[in-house]
Amino acid sequence: MVPAPGAWWRFALQAELGSATEMRLGRLTLAFATMAALAAPASAQAPVKVGEINSYKVIPAFLEPYRKGWELAVEEINKGGGINGRPLEVISRDDNGAPGDAVRAAEELVSREGVVLLTGGFLSHVGLAIGDFAKQRKMPFIASEPLTDKIVWENGNAYTFRLRASTYMQTSMLVEEALKLNKKRWAIVYPNYEYGQSAIASFKKLMTERQPGVEFVVEQAPPLNRIDAGSVAQAVADAKPDAIFNVTFGADLQKFVREGTTRGIFKDVTVLSVLGGEPEYLDPLRDEAPVGWIVTGYPWYAIDTPEHKAFLAAYQAKFNDYPRLGSVVGYAAMISVGEALRKAKSTDPEAIVAAMKGLQHSTPFGPITYRPLDHQSTMGAYVGKIGLKDGKGVMVDWRYEPGERHLPADDVVKKLRPQ
Amino acid sequence: MIASFLIQTLNGLASASLLFLVALGLTLIFGVTRVVNFAHGSFFMLGAYMAVSFHELVGGGLLGFWGGAVIAALAVGVVGALIEITILRRIYRAPELLQLITTFGVVLVLKDVVLYTWGPEDILGPRAPGLAGAMWIFGKPIPQYDLLLLVLGPLVGLVVWLLLTRTDWGTRVRAATEDRDMAAALGINQALMFTGVFALGALLAGLAGALALPREPANHNMDLTIIADVFVVTVVGGLGSLPGAYVAAVIISVVKAWCIGIGDVRLFGTVFSFSKLTLVAEFIVMAIVLIIRPWGLFGTPQAAQRVAAASILPMPVPDMKRWWPLGLLMLALVALPLIVDRFTVVLVTDIIIFALFAASLGLIMGIGGMASFGHAAYFGAGAYAAAVAFKAGASFVVAIPTGVAFAAALAVLFGWFCVRLSGVSLAMLTLAFAQITWAIAFQWDSVTGGSNGLVGIWPPELLSSKSAYYFATLLLAGAAILLIWRSVHAPLGFLLRAGRDSRIRAEAVGIDVRIVQWRAIILAGSAAGLAGALYVFSKGSLSPDLLSIPRSVDALAMVLIGGVQTLVGPVVGAVVFITLQDWIVRATPYWHAVLGITLILITIIFPQGIVGTLRQWRQRRESAP
Repeated sequence: MVPAPGAWWRFALQAELGSATEMRLGRLTLAFATMAALAAPASAQAPVKVGEINSYKVIPAFLEPYRKGWELAVEEINKGGGINGRPLEVISRDDNGAPGDAVRAAEELVSREGVVLLTGGFLSHVGLAIGDFAKQRKMPFIASEPLTDKIVWENGNAYTFRLRASTYMQTSMLVEEALKLNKKRWAIVYPNYEYGQSAIASFKKLMTERQPGVEFVVEQAPPLNRIDAGSVAQAVADAKPDAIFNVTFGADLQKFVREGTTRGIFKDVTVLSVLGGEPEYLDPLRDEAPVGWIVTGYPWYAIDTPEHKAFLAAYQAKFNDYPRLGSVVGYAAMISVGEALRKAKSTDPEAIVAAMKGLQHSTPFGPITYRPLDHQSTMGAYVGKIGLKDGKGVMVDWRYEPGERHLPADDVVKKLRPQ
Repeated sequence: MIASFLIQTLNGLASASLLFLVALGLTLIFGVTRVVNFAHGSFFMLGAYMAVSFHELVGGGLLGFWGGAVIAALAVGVVGALIEITILRRIYRAPELLQLITTFGVVLVLKDVVLYTWGPEDILGPRAPGLAGAMWIFGKPIPQYDLLLLVLGPLVGLVVWLLLTRTDWGTRVRAATEDRDMAAALGINQALMFTGVFALGALLAGLAGALALPREPANHNMDLTIIADVFVVTVVGGLGSLPGAYVAAVIISVVKAWCIGIGDVRLFGTVFSFSKLTLVAEFIVMAIVLIIRPWGLFGTPQAAQRVAAASILPMPVPDMKRWWPLGLLMLALVALPLIVDRFTVVLVTDIIIFALFAASLGLIMGIGGMASFGHAAYFGAGAYAAAVAFKAGASFVVAIPTGVAFAAALAVLFGWFCVRLSGVSLAMLTLAFAQITWAIAFQWDSVTGGSNGLVGIWPPELLSSKSAYYFATLLLAGAAILLIWRSVHAPLGFLLRAGRDSRIRAEAVGIDVRIVQWRAIILAGSAAGLAGALYVFSKGSLSPDLLSIPRSVDALAMVLIGGVQTLVGPVVGAVVFITLQDWIVRATPYWHAVLGITLILITIIFPQGIVGTLRQWRQRRESAP
């Protein structure tokens, strides 16, 4: 559970190195350009600068592996000749989980550091704020993790792209599983903020359309990170559901699993859980992982496609740790950045946006395309069941669900998105 | 139905036990040292992590779990003692609430310490050995451990109560709680006692953290999620009251459990979700209790602190012959966009906005004597009203005054209740109002955009360049700051001071202190609303975090860092705080720790705030031969 302290030392060391060579007025620029200089002839020219903004201190469990992911990608891009001969340099900023701070950081990256593109984002409201800044400043922005549907639909704009399978897509994947179960009485548990609200809105809509007669017998909306798990589990059990649709994650999920298991409420019901199979949230449960739950997630230990094997080997060699989902997202986002810049052959924002539209590249999850229609990538997710292996939770009977299968019809999307 | 209700009550009681243990420590510490210990939640978190580590070290079993709880509690107690000796002891004579900022610095440091030591992932703790299962009561299962907790909480409370009432040390602690100056005069070693009480409080929080493990994983959010609830419990129960803390913990936990048990209710055709009410239930309870019983359920009015009250000197009237520093500053500010790069303009725009925010809080805190833990309510309200008006089609020129007007209206409402209280109760009532406002913004999707907030709120073409917007901000916020400064030495300021320094005498000469305070709150609220409205147009978007507790803490930090009893202090504080934060966040990945240490050092070196302490030094130098 606790990562090797080595990772931390490296982190600190990097900051030290940075301060010796690159720090001016306290600005820390990661010394990738220097590293690349030794590896490739790319160093002859000035680096292409890219700005990265994330809530590293608010969501460390996801974002520390995420940072490692993009560090690996930058290294690979620069080893492979950089951006058409120029090294790629990433300048990273912490937004403290506040949209206002993120917008200020974005402004600093654009006007002081001269970055040609922005990427990052975890929290939906922060992602939306950076997206809106991107629109205002006409600056390309690749949102990696924010799951909100709005970032590419209701609040979508010409400059914002999103990598990860959205709330709608993840929900849609689980709805297919829910339909197979053909259960009538559903209980719903979700964190009370936009992510949870959109997930259950989509879930209820899709279920009602496709399975007439479905009932939602209880809805519990605990505040994020503050679930009273015992009471919630009890309230769910009292409604006597046939199945549970759960959207909580992180510490809330762990509390819910433990209280529910102790009280035996999961014994005769099937549980569907969004994100429940992601190592970030599954691994801390250890041998208490809820066997039989149907989840979306990332079975890194079992995927044997060549692209994933290569990623896994490189990641483990560099960090001596296994990748989490955050690692893949960070890695794939930076690969998108590199490919877009290579394809654009220019640092002009409009050229980068044009290159992003329809951009195709390989990721550890397989090939993805950024749809010209709504700027959503077709990166999918893995759907499977939770099982136990050697006292640890793993995903079993899993399959990859490509993202394109779980997006609404084009005319529906067009109506959602401002044209 | 009845069975569910009873089970939910038991759930609530089990949660209440843990909350009570943490609150018990906080209330003890406050009672004796008058420190509002923000880091108390961090002790809770530290206890959980230490117990997990001990459990893994020993390899589980009875010793691993219970031994871990004892060891973790003792270790956190030692950490508490060390913090008291190295840090807090240096600032007991500082203005009230300065310790809030110091302990906030401790929160930040401990956050990074935990992240560094235990890594970023949550750690699921052990279950209590032999108590992993459930018992059936009224035909429903309830975890055996919950039943143990239900007893354990009050039991520990009883031990502490016996310690306080049946031992010499306890008698001295109670004496110091009643009147710490008198206790000192009678020969009680204050330093030793403060350390002891602080260690005991920390120990209780650490114990609660360890005991929470079977119910919640050790995680990085434990500190700030519990601290708000604990403040509420302490205040609802009555500061310093041990039975009060237990009753309040029970009320809050049981109300939440019932809300969850009730779930969705159909009322007049619409569905009302009691489950969503848990977002803010404790603050609603606190607001109601404070309005009815200002000192909490079991509390009594706090004895005035003799030292602090006498030390407030009037702010000197600015010497207009020495206008040139201000003139020079004005000139520099006007010329700024010509000299510096675009980002600095953006940064200084932020600084000006927060300077106004801080100055508005400084007015009611400094000469008003009314601390506020919820000043972000007005900032956020101004921002939201301006944004909503703008989204509804109003222009920038209309949206800004709309923001100010709405914030003022809110200040009229909140202020009416607040002026009926004083001291910590007043501050906590402002916190409750701010949290309720936050919850409304968070839930009212159709108007406020819910948790995502609103985007696309940019100033008109004319002000779209960063320097144009800078000038607009400088003009509006600058004027508002000058107005606030002016009001300090205007009748409003004099009346406020009179009310603060001696309410009875002020009333004797015919001042209606409440009306004066109410007017000051409305002025401060409007000014904060203007700051919020300007902020939203500079960022283009807003979300409920503008109304959240961290924003209010930011404002408090700015005021106290600059100097609460000084005119320009809050503005200086805003400049220092925003600049430091902006700089430190970029300089190191461990910015929490660095910012925390910086805050601690500033509060130790400048206990009267930067401006206040510098003035003291100058006065001392001038009076020296």
